Order: sequence, then structure tokens, then C-alpha cells
Amino acid sequence: MPSLGADMEYGTLVEWRVAPGAVVHRGDIVAEVETHKGVVEVEIFDSGVVEELLVAKGSRVPVGATLARIRSGDGAVPAGAPVATAATLAAPAPPPAPPAPPPAVMAAPPAPTTAAGAPAPVRPAGRASPAARRLAADRGLDVAALRGTGPGGAVTLADVEDAVRARAAPSPAATAAPAPHRASPLAQRVAADLGVDLATVPGTGEGGIVTRADVERAAASARGAPTAGAAPAAAPASAAGRHAAMRQAIAAAMTRSKREIPHYYLATDVDLSGALRWLEAENARRAVAERLLPAAVLLRAVALALREAPELNGHWVDGAFRAGGGVHLGVAISLRGGGLVAPALHDADALSVDALMRGLRDLVQRARTGMLRSSELTDATTTVTNLGDQGVRTVFGVVYPPQVALVGIGRITERPWADGGMLGVRPVVTVTLAADHRASDGHRGARFLAALDRLLRDPERL
Amino acid sequence: MTDVGTNGAAIRAAVVRALQRIAPEIDPAALRPDVSLREQVDLDSMDFLNFVIGLAESLGVEVPESDYRQLATLDGAVAYLAAHGARTA
Repeated sequence: MPSLGADMEYGTLVEWRVAPGAVVHRGDIVAEVETHKGVVEVEIFDSGVVEELLVAKGSRVPVGATLARIRSGDGAVPAGAPVATAATLAAPAPPPAPPAPPPAVMAAPPAPTTAAGAPAPVRPAGRASPAARRLAADRGLDVAALRGTGPGGAVTLADVEDAVRARAAPSPAATAAPAPHRASPLAQRVAADLGVDLATVPGTGEGGIVTRADVERAAASARGAPTAGAAPAAAPASAAGRHAAMRQAIAAAMTRSKREIPHYYLATDVDLSGALRWLEAENARRAVAERLLPAAVLLRAVALALREAPELNGHWVDGAFRAGGGVHLGVAISLRGGGLVAPALHDADALSVDALMRGLRDLVQRARTGMLRSSELTDATTTVTNLGDQGVRTVFGVVYPPQVALVGIGRITERPWADGGMLGVRPVVTVTLAADHRASDGHRGARFLAALDRLLRDPERL
Repeated sequence: MTDVGTNGAAIRAAVVRALQRIAPEIDPAALRPDVSLREQVDLDSMDFLNFVIGLAESLGVEVPESDYRQLATLDGAVAYLAAHGARTA
């Protein structure tokens, strides 16, 4: 089970896209996994033949668990499954504070073939996942005093959340008060299809979230009972649930960023008259479906400028900077109804403006309505936030860990502009850089923004 | 396509459908025809481009970028599209 974000501890396998005997190639989509960020297509990290699927459809397993066994191309049978290696790659940095025992999720037994999460009889003292430790510390809870339901009795994030909720509850007698309801997007869709009122479904997922299995169980029992029928409350409850789950994911990432990353901030104004003239001329001769947005040109320039500033492109892991294996631009995409994802455009520096535009359209559409792929959620080496459409002039970014830089793009506005002793009116955009001072210095950051400015003034060469 | 009124209504319906494809949550009855769509529907530039692409597909009108302003409101869009030969089925 790959980690699809620093705060992810479990995933539910909702669909296998391959069967034993299938030939797979690195990058192929092999499964669909449901997390609180939605359903994600999981890509395989190796090529070979699928030998065995170890996790049944519908099972909820911890990050790091082996999902399938693949015989690699040369005929050798590796001990572990390549799918699981994603967890190692995307594993969160260890928590800074106490000398922690090995993270429980990573130490999980290699192949839990049944549904995971069964409480172990004995809990080794003090075992807790990094995310659980952080939340417990934030809320002033002692992890050692909490009941762990994770692998080997480890305390998981969900356990800490339960404890926080239990403490917040007025009294144990108030059992009639319903817990705030949350449901995964997939569960919401299934509930809508089956006519199940989510507010009546007990959630067994992470943090009490309602999963597809819960909905299907509820639908099955409702068929036996005469009291089926969707209440009008279903829609708001599910929308609120999705929103709450995503807010938690954002909260965890941004809290970590502000706690761990010493940010520095730089800004520059860029004259876009040349770039916009070029764009206007291009679009005037293009069919509607082929037109370009300024965002595509800006992303192209950012990707090329990052080539010249490798210290801004990569991850801060285990106390050291690790350069990205390519410029994989995370693009912050706001979702209707709130929330945000920042999936990656792979090798953006190798894509033409046209290819970037197609990639961006595809990514926005899939982020909002469909499905993202696991590599898109884990591979971004720098993120770009474009808030120009909201009328914002300057973006003061928050770096998305473990990345080390965030490029902010504001609104393109006409401004008075002095050039060569002449004052004129030009379309100008304020571009900002928020960067991790552990990985780079202001001097490097300034050179990056200067490169961006130079590239945008010469759009024909982009 | 019998008279202008019927055609106008058909175009209006097509415009609303194109909007709903981008923003499924909108209530067509609550849309104010004379208020900016971007303001009412929270469209970013990608959404607006997809809206224009949707109009080209359903009504056969390729709106040039320089005319985007005329699509600012529902009334404006319907008038513009009717004047530029929108074909409704």
C-alpha cells in the first residue's frame, strides 16, 4: 500500500485492475485505492508478471503492506512486492521531537492477507505512528496512555482522533448525539446510487469515516428492512464529510510545513506584454479546443527556470536535501465545494506549451471529477499556486512538505511600468517564491525569479 | 428553429447545460441573467475556457477570445450566440 501523502496511514483496496498472470509495465495502473483524499489509481513501480494478489477487494490495509507479488522480467521472484516500495519513497520524515521507535506502519508485517487493523493482544509500550505522535503532541495527549488498534497494537492517527473526540464529548451518557459524519467520496457516490442515507451509516474507516463497504452493508440490511429511502439530509452530510476529511489532510500538511520549514519569501514583478501578445496571436488562429491559457505559458517558464535552480526542485528528507529526479510540477487545483489538491505534471520541463496546456486541462478535470494517479500525488518536486483568477495580486506561499519551494502567481493586471526612461502601461504579474531555507538561500531564490523573468520576456523561445 | 423566441430559449438552455457541465452544483432557476457568470458561478479561467469549448460543441459557435467579454452574463451570452448563428438541434 503506497503512501499517498504524509498523513496517510491506511488505504482501502477498492478495485484490482489486473489479474494473476497479467504482464505489467512500470507505470501501469494496477489497482484503485480509496483514501480520505478520494479514490486514487495506483501505478506499479516495476515490470513483470502478476503472480499473486495478496489483498482482497474491499480490504483496508496499512501503508507499507504488500498488495501483490510480481515476478520481474528476468524470471526472478523478488521477496517483496514492488508496489509496496512506494511507501518507502513517500514515507514522511521522522518527527523531530522525541527519539521515536521505528514507525509502526513501516514495521508492519509484510503480507497481511486478511483485512488489517485487527487489534493485537499485546501492545509494545509507546508504539505509535509519526502522524499519531504529532497529533497527540498537538492536542496534549500522552500516546502511551492511548489504546492502539494499528498493526502490533500501535497507536494510529485514528486512535488519537478518537481520543480527542472522546475528550471533547460532554459525557458518556450523551450517546444519542450523533458523531460528526464523514464519508469518502466513493462512499458518497455509492450511497447516492444505492439510495442510502449516509447520516444513518456507522463508519468503520479511518477516524470513523464511512467507507464503501459500510454503505453496501447498510444497503444490504436496508433491503431486508422496510425502512429504506434516502433522507434529504444525505446530500449536505456527505458534502460536509468529504470536506472535513480533506480539511484534515490539508491541516496536517500545512501544520507540518509551518512547524518544520523555515520559510523565506521573495517577489518580483514581471512584464507580460510580450508573452500575452504572443498568446493572443496564437489563440486568434486556433480552434477553441486548442487555445492556450496564460497559466500554460507561466508553467512552462517555471519549469525551465527550475532547471537552472536545482536547489528548489526536490525534497527535504531525513535532514538533507534530495534533488528531484526531474521537474515534476505540482499544480494547486482548488475543488468545487472547497479543498485543494496539488497533483504533479511529470517532466514539465520537457513539455511544450501545448503539451503543458493539455496536461493541465486533463489534470484539472481529473482532480475535480475523476481520479488522480498515485504518482501524481507523490512525485511533485515543486508546487505552483496560481491565484490570479481570484484577483489576488501577491501570493505568500506555504511550502508543501517534503517539497522545498512553492511558486505563487498572482493576477495579471495593467500597471504603470517604467522602461528605458519611458513610462507606459503594461500587463504585469507578481511572481513569488516561498522556499525552505534549509535547502536554499535567498541568493539562489533570487536567481530563479530572475530566470523566470528572462524566460517570460522571450515567449517565442518558450 | 421556428422563431427568435423559441431559438433564444433553446440557446439559453444550451448555455445553462454547458455551465452545469463545469459547475454541477448550480441551480439554473437561481441564475440571474444580468449578473456576471464568473461572479455567480465561481469560474476560473480554465472553467471559462471549458465553457467556451462546450458552447462550440453544442451550438457550433467558435467564440474568439476578443469576444469573451460579451459572454459575461447569461443574457449577453444568449444574445451573442443568437447573433452569431448558434445552431440548436
